[in-house]
Amino acid sequence: MPELIAKTALAGVKPLTIADTTLAEVDLGPIASVALFPGQEKAVAKALKPLGLSFPAPNTFADKGDARIVWTSRNQAFLIGVAAPDFGAAAAVTDQSGGWAALSLTGPAAVDALARYVPIDLRLAAFPVGSAARAPLYHMSMVLMRTAPDAFLILCFRSMAKTGWHEIETALRSLAARAKIA
Amino acid sequence: MRIEGKGQIDRNAPLTFKFDGRSYGGFKGDTLASALLANGVKLVGRSFKYHRPRGVLTAGSEEPSALVEIIGAANQTPNVRATVQEVFEGLTARSQNRWPSLRFDALAINDLAAPFLSAGFYYKTFMWPRAFWEGLYEPLIRRAAGLGSLSGKHDEGNYEKAFAFCDLLVVGAGPAGLMAALTAGRAGADVILADEDHRIGGRLLSDDGKIDGLTGPEWVAQVVAELKSLPNVRIMTRTTVTGAYDGGTFAALERVGLHKSGRADLPRECFWRIVAGRTVLAAGAIERPIAFPMNDRPGIMMAGAVRSYLNRYGVVPGRKVTVFANNDSARATARALMAAGVQVAAIIDSRPEASAVEDCPVYLGGQITDTKGRTGLAAISGTHVGGAFQIETDLLAMSGGWNPTLHLTCHMNGRPRWNPEIAAFVPSEGAVPGLRAAGAANGAFSTHACLAEGQRAAIDALAELGRVVAADTLPAAEDAPYRMTPLWQVEGKGRAWLDFGNDVTTKDVKQSAQEGYKSVEHMKRYTTQGMAPDQGKNSNVGALAVLADATGRGIPETGTTTYRPPFVPTSVAAIGAGGRGAGFAPQRFLTSDQASRDRLAPMVEAGLWYRPSYFPKPGEQTWRESCDREVMMVREAVGVADVSTLGKIDIQGRDAARFLDFVYTNTFSTLPVGRVRYGLMLREDGYVFDDGTTARLGENHYLMTTTTAAAGLVMRHLDFVHQAYCADWDLRFISVTESWAQFAIAGPKARDLLNSMLDAPLGDFPFMACGPVQIGGVTARLFRISFSGETGYEIAVPTRYGEALFRDLLARAETMGGGPYGMEALNVLRIEKGFITHAEIHGRVTAFDIGMEKMVSAKKDCIGKAAAARPGLMGAEREQLVGLRPFGDERITSGAHLFVPGLDLTRENSEGYITSVGWSPLFGKDLALGFLKDGRARIGQSIRVIDRLRKIDVLCEVCDPVFLDKEGEKLRA
Repeated sequence: MPELIAKTALAGVKPLTIADTTLAEVDLGPIASVALFPGQEKAVAKALKPLGLSFPAPNTFADKGDARIVWTSRNQAFLIGVAAPDFGAAAAVTDQSGGWAALSLTGPAAVDALARYVPIDLRLAAFPVGSAARAPLYHMSMVLMRTAPDAFLILCFRSMAKTGWHEIETALRSLAARAKIA
Repeated sequence: MRIEGKGQIDRNAPLTFKFDGRSYGGFKGDTLASALLANGVKLVGRSFKYHRPRGVLTAGSEEPSALVEIIGAANQTPNVRATVQEVFEGLTARSQNRWPSLRFDALAINDLAAPFLSAGFYYKTFMWPRAFWEGLYEPLIRRAAGLGSLSGKHDEGNYEKAFAFCDLLVVGAGPAGLMAALTAGRAGADVILADEDHRIGGRLLSDDGKIDGLTGPEWVAQVVAELKSLPNVRIMTRTTVTGAYDGGTFAALERVGLHKSGRADLPRECFWRIVAGRTVLAAGAIERPIAFPMNDRPGIMMAGAVRSYLNRYGVVPGRKVTVFANNDSARATARALMAAGVQVAAIIDSRPEASAVEDCPVYLGGQITDTKGRTGLAAISGTHVGGAFQIETDLLAMSGGWNPTLHLTCHMNGRPRWNPEIAAFVPSEGAVPGLRAAGAANGAFSTHACLAEGQRAAIDALAELGRVVAADTLPAAEDAPYRMTPLWQVEGKGRAWLDFGNDVTTKDVKQSAQEGYKSVEHMKRYTTQGMAPDQGKNSNVGALAVLADATGRGIPETGTTTYRPPFVPTSVAAIGAGGRGAGFAPQRFLTSDQASRDRLAPMVEAGLWYRPSYFPKPGEQTWRESCDREVMMVREAVGVADVSTLGKIDIQGRDAARFLDFVYTNTFSTLPVGRVRYGLMLREDGYVFDDGTTARLGENHYLMTTTTAAAGLVMRHLDFVHQAYCADWDLRFISVTESWAQFAIAGPKARDLLNSMLDAPLGDFPFMACGPVQIGGVTARLFRISFSGETGYEIAVPTRYGEALFRDLLARAETMGGGPYGMEALNVLRIEKGFITHAEIHGRVTAFDIGMEKMVSAKKDCIGKAAAARPGLMGAEREQLVGLRPFGDERITSGAHLFVPGLDLTRENSEGYITSVGWSPLFGKDLALGFLKDGRARIGQSIRVIDRLRKIDVLCEVCDPVFLDKEGEKLRA
């Protein structure tokens, strides 16, 4: 009987620290898309309640214990880190677990590194901790979450994870080189 | 020549650099221009058309003449303005547009021919014979005229793009910009202060005069220190704001590493997109030349530039200086030079009424009518109220007044306003929403006025952003009036240059008017004035004044040409940063990628994906050998292929079935749970859009697959249909392409291979069935579908298990005489079976053309159905899908055209074309799919396959597109 070994998108890639800023792959565990059907707000809220979460407002995410819920689209959120509860017929639930590569970017150069590719205002006042956005990461798309003033979580397509890593590494190297001549 | 005690360069940091192979010394803080002038190098280039000797005209980014090539280890950058390029240790520069040398340039012969080379010369002369233009005339002219050269190699330097956001963007860091930044910074607003110079301060670094009792540089240092202490202020030096766009967005080009020798990871340039709540344009003003005869010699410079070289760099590029001006501001140059101990031979002031009181001779009502000196100015001559003069001089500082740098205000189609008091265009208010001009850019030239306007602009901008700020006391500064009397041109027998960059003289502009090109836009195109790298910064206003004069109109009636971005030359490398080579698009890798590469499979790009082309075995010499083996392996044993690249869309909801009926031509509401159906999708215009299989996983749950190429397009189409036509339906869908790794298992032993993997043996699982199965406790999805014509399954597991499953499948398959197969074999297998891909459904074919018109259900409506019924989209006149097979063993090609034997091979006689060809090891010949007019009725006939590019002329038999197992017995086995 075969036993299938599970691998994350960048399995084996070590965290990278440049310009005091660390890029690392994280394993978020299960990810489920929860898309609520028309008029099912209350039923969805009820199903989420035991997790201590509610359906997130656009461009936000919220955490409770190991669970996180992030707004990803109109009437759609990703429930991360826990098994999806039973939503009955209130929401379309789709497993997205392996489809996304999760990269954490933490440190003083995080905002500047992202500013190389992300055309949205990442100033703390405009994109505070708890913000989320579907945004371009150069020419790919991602789900971006700000987890701390200088920390972000990036979800990008699993198949494009190497490119995503490469882009951010390039930006960090460039920032380090700039700092050297400043 | 350096003046002791002057300048803001670091004399403790000497540097050496090379120009045209010779080494020179400079200091940290020098530009290439200042360092060359300090070394007595006045001749730095040859002009564009006449190859006349040229020197440095300005001290800023507007420089039209001193363009050089910078030679780096990996880069050769042409047309670099020596006035912008900072000197660094080891800098290597080269003059351009000259042969064999700068001092002796063979093409200077053009200058003797100048009387013939006036505007329009090429248009009139090289008309005939017509065919000579492209092959002979144009290359010749291009070689003679021109700027720097490219290395012909890829620019492999690092470039960067970035975004920035702020409340207030301040463009320019002279007195107005500094005051605006200070006011907004102190008020707590997020400020970006961008200046194209490597030092902050603008003209305050170049001009004498005091602010609050401090010299310009001292005051600037104090302000910069304060700005740097404010965390909300970001100072961006070496950053030129190049364009104004919608929504408060500005483009800017930052010279990040161009002032250093190349170093790893350091970008050369960064292309910024800055989004600002409000913007203050404090870009200053550009001094304009006077078009007097022979005004282009090295040694003739702008008066303000001479002041900059003296005060910023401690350089005076001459020993005996003359000044020619129509305004008071140039007097400061003469005074500063005299104070530094430099001889000023005369001030020639074109205004008869101006003051004659200076410590040097002043010629009032003066005009220069000729100059002498082959590679550098030697003498000038002219007239004044008292008669004629002739003066030996090696440096002439000229000033025709100042033009506000208002370019950005015109980038959104705004037109500037003529202000007769300063004889210059000034910005129109509100021309760019949210942007206000201040200081010299707004036509206010005294230091006091600049400070006041900068402060006011910031206060007004902040008020619009909801911040109320009180005005601090302004620093005390000079408030001298700006007095000038326009002087655009001086008549004389020599040529008087307007545009030094493109060698356009007053005569050219007048000739343009005479020949009927009287509109400023026509004049520009006829003479090429304003089209050089400086984009007319030095010449536009002067040229249109001459045009106004020649056409008897006023300057405001004549108007300006359109100011377009970018404000300074901007490298494509910066705009496209990161996009060179593999950076052009993201790379998508399959979970099986490493396993395929481990088996030395060459990878081919399919969309953004990398897929294995074939899997070579030891001893196989060509791809064909591998491909043939893989095809036969699938036909005789079992093959495994990664098909994860197909788009997968999970569709749920009570209206999911209804939705699929609407987007597919055929019916999915009748599909039983646990079954798969092939579906055809049309575009709104009735042509085939995409095809694929869709499985019904539950009553209200479907899984659609799309082709690899159209995965994104189909998703977009579904989103559009949902949002536009049925937004209220009980329907949700999301891409799961990335969530499942899917593998095709095809061949007579496919079921055996599967059963060796599954936790429980497969029960009854007929063709087009689907359902969950378990592998090692992992829930997988199994589909009984085939793209090869063999017994076929596709098994999907969550992506994280993809690599493990692929490697395991291969190992087992190989034990059974099978193995992996690549894209080449996959293509041959599907051609043998007559299955279509986007090679066939290429956007111009209908369901009828591919023989699937019966799949367009008569019982329901669907997207594209009505349009597909339009006349001309069905019938014998359509080119229809057929199979083609050579009678012999000749090779045929896709792209070849089909002709009836005996007819002429003309375009009109082409009756179709081939879309796919593959060598079938099964049939021992090439098999092709193609489109042939009325093809289905012509099965059995012969047709000539013609590929003129590859010299192919082969007689083929028209046959059914399904070559293998038309009844599908193998699939269902």
